[in-house]
Amino acid sequence: MSRKRLAITGVTRSFAGHRGAAPMLALRPIDLMVEPGEFVAILGPSGCGKSTLLRIVAGLDQPTGGTVTLDGVPVTAPGPDRGMVFQSYTLFPWLTVAQNIRFGLAERGVPEAEQQAIAARFIARTGLTGFENHWPRQLSGGMQQRCALARALANDPEILLLDEPFGALDHQTRELMQELLLEIWDADRKTVLFVTHDIDEAIFLANRVVVMSARPGRIKAEVPVSLPYPRDWTMKTTPAFATLKARLMGEIREEVRKAAMA
Amino acid sequence: MKPLVPVSTGARIVLGAGFFVVFVAFWGAATWSGWVPPLFLASPERTLLAGWSLLTEFGFAGDIAITVFRVVGGFLIAAAAGVPLGLMMGAFKPVEAFFEPFISFARYLPASAFIPLLILWAGVGEAQKLSVIFIGSFFQVVIMVALIAGATRMDLVEAAYTLGARSRGILRRVIIPAAAPQVMETLRLVLGWAWTYVIVAELIGATSGIGHMIMDSQRLLDTGQMIFGIVVIGVIGLVTDFLFKALNRRLFPWAVL
Repeated sequence: MSRKRLAITGVTRSFAGHRGAAPMLALRPIDLMVEPGEFVAILGPSGCGKSTLLRIVAGLDQPTGGTVTLDGVPVTAPGPDRGMVFQSYTLFPWLTVAQNIRFGLAERGVPEAEQQAIAARFIARTGLTGFENHWPRQLSGGMQQRCALARALANDPEILLLDEPFGALDHQTRELMQELLLEIWDADRKTVLFVTHDIDEAIFLANRVVVMSARPGRIKAEVPVSLPYPRDWTMKTTPAFATLKARLMGEIREEVRKAAMA
Repeated sequence: MKPLVPVSTGARIVLGAGFFVVFVAFWGAATWSGWVPPLFLASPERTLLAGWSLLTEFGFAGDIAITVFRVVGGFLIAAAAGVPLGLMMGAFKPVEAFFEPFISFARYLPASAFIPLLILWAGVGEAQKLSVIFIGSFFQVVIMVALIAGATRMDLVEAAYTLGARSRGILRRVIIPAAAPQVMETLRLVLGWAWTYVIVAELIGATSGIGHMIMDSQRLLDTGQMIFGIVVIGVIGLVTDFLFKALNRRLFPWAVL
């Protein structure tokens, strides 16, 4: 269970214009509080700056203005307390599944025996048993993302930052991955910040959905999802789910149209 | 034939060997028919006979050994110095900004043009031969390795950062392993070029080596010996290339080479 509170306060981001063009504003001031153990989905049309926001929380990008703090401590650089899974496949191709999962532990000098025990635990939890010694290129997309999730979790981060981690997977695999992620989250209730443009995915996973506007991104709406956990696929057919979906579709359609016209 | 459809291993070997047969057949036809006089081009069997006498009577094996030593020695020194410098340049942009302009200039300096100077500085001994190969290979290695290391996938570097890696870890555990297979491919190419430099170095001011033998044979107008010398270089090149590829497959089972 995470204990630290994430506070995003007045974060803006603009990118320098090329050849004297005006700077491009990607994020308008963003304020967002994430309580320990919350599962927050950030939903928005492509190009709205939701990934930029996540990268700022990760410390991979610097805000133009505003601050990100974790339990009051400002975030300035990436660190193992904020684990991240990317949309692209980012397993290290020269390491086996088990070695990939141990990467962060080895970097911190965790003893060999402990590394092995931790890796074994997350291999089992992500259903990769039997694939410990496979190279990433021998795995399917879904397995690669499961391994990437295990690699981030092995570091025991305070927050899990997920940047459309299932975006490149086919629909069926994606649904299985969502259920697996919920199972893992339910077990130790780590704070999760999940970026997606898939409305169903956002409702199914999160206990709060933050809707972002078209670029320059700002928080347009915050919708609590009070569906009970544990959730499984049957939830997607309930009236409560449909009501939430209708509301979020209304919010997002307008933004998608703006983004498409821009 | 359809575009981009792969061939089987068996067919590949037969086709690859086939062109050698065609090549020798044309060579034989041109010489046996008298179309090209022996003064300009020895026939295949005369070339083989010349090679046999070189090896049994004139100690050509020693020449081959010394030439291989020069190539491998110069190449290893260039690689040992060039690969680390290239990696540092690729990883750290200030290092690159410092060295890159000079090395881009230096790599266009033809190694063979240094031979007279090098003879003046280092005499006609082994140091001079190794220097020619070093000059010819070092700058190429540095530039290409810097390019490979600089093209490390940014998402892998970022993933490593979010797992807690710092600069040292990024270099040792991401940039170097990611670059390794391509660096080895680069070394394979550069070793090929080193062979051209060694022969040039041996044509001038040498008393041993394959290049020196070819030069001697020209005085005697023995085209059989000259061609045999050239063929030996080709065969050694083919074998080292094969060994290099096998080594890379063994070292990097994770990569698709």
